[in-house]
Amino acid sequence: MSELFEVLVGQPFFKGMTDEQIRTIAETARLVSFDEGSVIFVEGGPARMSYLILEGDIALTLRTQEHGSKIIQTLHRGDFLGWSWMYPPYRWNFDSSCQSDVKAIQFDGPALKKIALADPQLGYEMMRRFTEIIVTRMQALRIQLLDVYSTFR
Amino acid sequence: MSIQLSAEPIAHVMSPVPCRILSVEQELEDTYTLEVEPPGSDWGFLPGQYTMLYAFGIGEVPISISGDPADTTKIVQTIRAVGAVTDALVGLKPGDFVGVRGPFGTSWDTKAAEGRDVLIVAGGVGLAPLRPVIYDVLNNRDRYENVTLMYGARSPGDLLFASQIHEWRGRFDIEVLITVDQADQNWRGPVGVVTSLVGRSSYDGDTAVAFVCGPEVMMRFTIQTLERGGITDDRLYVSMERNMKCGIGLCGHCQLGKFFLCKDGPVMTCAQMAGSCWIREV
Repeated sequence: MSELFEVLVGQPFFKGMTDEQIRTIAETARLVSFDEGSVIFVEGGPARMSYLILEGDIALTLRTQEHGSKIIQTLHRGDFLGWSWMYPPYRWNFDSSCQSDVKAIQFDGPALKKIALADPQLGYEMMRRFTEIIVTRMQALRIQLLDVYSTFR
Repeated sequence: MSIQLSAEPIAHVMSPVPCRILSVEQELEDTYTLEVEPPGSDWGFLPGQYTMLYAFGIGEVPISISGDPADTTKIVQTIRAVGAVTDALVGLKPGDFVGVRGPFGTSWDTKAAEGRDVLIVAGGVGLAPLRPVIYDVLNNRDRYENVTLMYGARSPGDLLFASQIHEWRGRFDIEVLITVDQADQNWRGPVGVVTSLVGRSSYDGDTAVAFVCGPEVMMRFTIQTLERGGITDDRLYVSMERNMKCGIGLCGHCQLGKFFLCKDGPVMTCAQMAGSCWIREV
């Protein structure tokens, strides 16, 4: 537990949280590792976990009929993976696989929700941070959608 | 009274000088690099400058110089074929002639970056006007602290100067971070916008200097990200483009706010542009 706490304290996501808040979150977490090529989850699968990447690279992929599988984004050290456990239908919206060996902290989504309900202040701190990540990624995806590097004639 | 005409051609900044094409190399499907014989032995340019290239009988366009400023034996220009004039230019062969005026415009201020971390952020064909900076910095490497190139392209097949990127990646004195907007599963690198690379590089936000070039929307968001990382407007350089015609601040086609980009730019700091640019109507 103390090892996990030390790891979490050093992560930018938890900056500004109290030690007690971080210890509470750490109770829902464990260290995990995946080999290169491993599939972490698939589109449509039940979403229960969130991952904070400590080392390695993860690809988020969407399968299409016309174009096969396309990587829509990659995540790297310090990035969070997965928040579909927050909202119904609690299903993953894409595939996730490891481009390299990956070490991560896995958080139990339903357990995090219980904590947030029991301690609204902590719940707010978590949601504020997750929301910032979501907004940043959404903004980035909007720019990707623009296809700004293509030629216009 | 007789009038004696000079046998010497009158050099004039609006007169294209015919220069021989030395080589044409296809970089990408629609992008080519031309090497052109310089108009004179005193040819030289600063990183960030451009020439007006004239396809005889077709038209003239501004093209960034993409070569090494230390090599004055040739003019290197990377052209994306997007219309009649650029189509004509990339269709030229070695031995053909192209009209050259310039170089024009302001340059990337590598002097201001000495003793500091240097961030070079490029999007798509925006790597071409930044390549002279990379050459210049690597030719004088001991003058700078950490040097990072962040480059985003549409897909792996659209990475400009791919072999040179590999070469730079093999060096120990420059960090090269690449990302693409989309890829299939054969791609083993990052996928995402170029701004996602900023957080992955180490730089001293209090002193670093950033040179940014690419589509304007990419530059806007890159600037926001770099500013959040501590880089102030006076240390953020961008290359602004508008329709340039004369190259000398005469015709007004390239006016942006109070600036004529052909001579006050294309390279400007965000501090210079404050209040003049990123305005929707402009």
